[in-house]
Amino acid sequence: MNTKVTIAGVPFKNPVMTASGTFGSGMEYGEFVDLNRLGAVVTKGVANVPWPGNPTPRVAEVYGGMLNAIGLQNPGVDVLIERDIPFLKQYDTKVIVNICGKTVEDYLEVVERLSDEAVDMLEINVSCPNVKEGAIAFGQKTDALYDITSQIKKKAKQPVIMKLSPNVTDIAEMAKAAEAAGADALSMINTITGMKIDIYRKKFVLANKTGGLSGPAVKPVAVRMVYQAAQAVRIPIIGMGGIATAEDALEFLLAGATAVAVGAMNFVNPYATVEVVEGIEAYMKQNGVEDVNELIGAVE
Amino acid sequence: MAQKKKTTAGVISQKEIAPQIFDLWLETELAQDAHPGRFVAVYPKSADTLLPRPISICEADQAHNRLRLVYRIAGKGTKEFSAWQPGDEAAVLGVLGNGFPMEKAEGKKVFLMGGGIGIPPMLQLAKELRAEKQIIVGYRNRDLFLAEELRENGTVYIATEDGSVGCPGNVMDAVRENGLKAEVIMACGPMPMLRAIKKYATENGIEAYLSLEERMACGVGACLGCVCKTKEVDHHSHVHNARICTDGPVFEAKEVDI
Repeated sequence: MNTKVTIAGVPFKNPVMTASGTFGSGMEYGEFVDLNRLGAVVTKGVANVPWPGNPTPRVAEVYGGMLNAIGLQNPGVDVLIERDIPFLKQYDTKVIVNICGKTVEDYLEVVERLSDEAVDMLEINVSCPNVKEGAIAFGQKTDALYDITSQIKKKAKQPVIMKLSPNVTDIAEMAKAAEAAGADALSMINTITGMKIDIYRKKFVLANKTGGLSGPAVKPVAVRMVYQAAQAVRIPIIGMGGIATAEDALEFLLAGATAVAVGAMNFVNPYATVEVVEGIEAYMKQNGVEDVNELIGAVE
Repeated sequence: MAQKKKTTAGVISQKEIAPQIFDLWLETELAQDAHPGRFVAVYPKSADTLLPRPISICEADQAHNRLRLVYRIAGKGTKEFSAWQPGDEAAVLGVLGNGFPMEKAEGKKVFLMGGGIGIPPMLQLAKELRAEKQIIVGYRNRDLFLAEELRENGTVYIATEDGSVGCPGNVMDAVRENGLKAEVIMACGPMPMLRAIKKYATENGIEAYLSLEERMACGVGACLGCVCKTKEVDHHSHVHNARICTDGPVFEAKEVDI
């Protein structure tokens, strides 16, 4: 039975990753799961310098999910290089670093700082809905996405994943723009912009007013977008959005994702990632699937 | 500290000890790691909830693997908990947070200050701390809870917002009215109370340790949802945001900007 998948020449022992921002750099959940069991750890978005993030409250529960407006708090790329990458290299898993920035130059600076580091892939966050400058500004228009993708591709030593926003009119057009600019892979979806209001205090629940919706509620939207993107491009897609179980993950694979990531559900079940790995293996056994690659895009 | 885990606990007993305040005993091995001031996160089962609810540990009976949580109904999660009966099972994540630094207060003259639903963690603290304990607790009204048990572990001073029992006002009013003095303060309660304690501690040069609260998602330091402003650069993100769930919930007052 083969669970290996390959994305842009990088082999992963299985198609299960962590969604950026929900797993830190693996340290916190390393207490709960064996990181060696994961296809990859995708680290929390990192910028060229430390970012303090947004005021609190930053999180709110909503029906079927949660809103977050962390605002990409991060220690900057230097700390990632000194502390987090060496930590992750102790494990037999691939390391994907998620990068955020306010300007194209910010992104390029991080890409260059990582060029000689033990990082397997770069994931470019052009889809965070919770910061005012940069980030999503690059991910909602095809020309802006094309431009930043091609600039990053010129500098990057590692394969580049563009993480797409669902907050767009046509996901297929965005996927095509990233592919045309040379992206090696796509990941989707980032969170869907939402809002919650406290009716008794007549106030926004989040200090940022809006936040990104994640959790089981977004899964059907995410599966649909992965399917549409997979129909539109030839580069591999990493699918995510509300994955809690192997059954959820398998929907994404069948829709056309080559790999999947577990996000907000880590907060609910800290063992979710490894349970998804084991559940995919069990499904393959039960259904006589010899190679996980047979499942990719196999929906009829 | 033992490894954190998500585990299944058995409900041993539950009763309402004041209006909307419930006293829940769980059977779980997490009791072994229940240092005063630490907390657990309890999962509601209802499909219209998702995240676990952080609740401070009120008491731990380590000999019998029992954990006591005293909580207020604050929303649909805690509303559901209040209906749990003996024999029910509950998913619990823990044990979380740092707890109170006992060594800072051992043998000293100490205020243990609790306000409202910040009172419960003061019980285990009062039981375990070897010090000259002045336990100052603030309630809304005459619906007291845990006061008798606290009395078995120190001298108790009560303040009520409506003046129906003890000193009218808050815990700081009780300190002033009774002319109390301390070398170290340990406190848990609403933010206005903690701010007043910080001010008092700063003015009087007293070491104070405050247990903070914030909306949490993961509870284990990964999501960065529950941060508080800190004076120094924090060790995790190198900004000025400590994570209440893992770097706290207990912070030295002078370290945090509240």
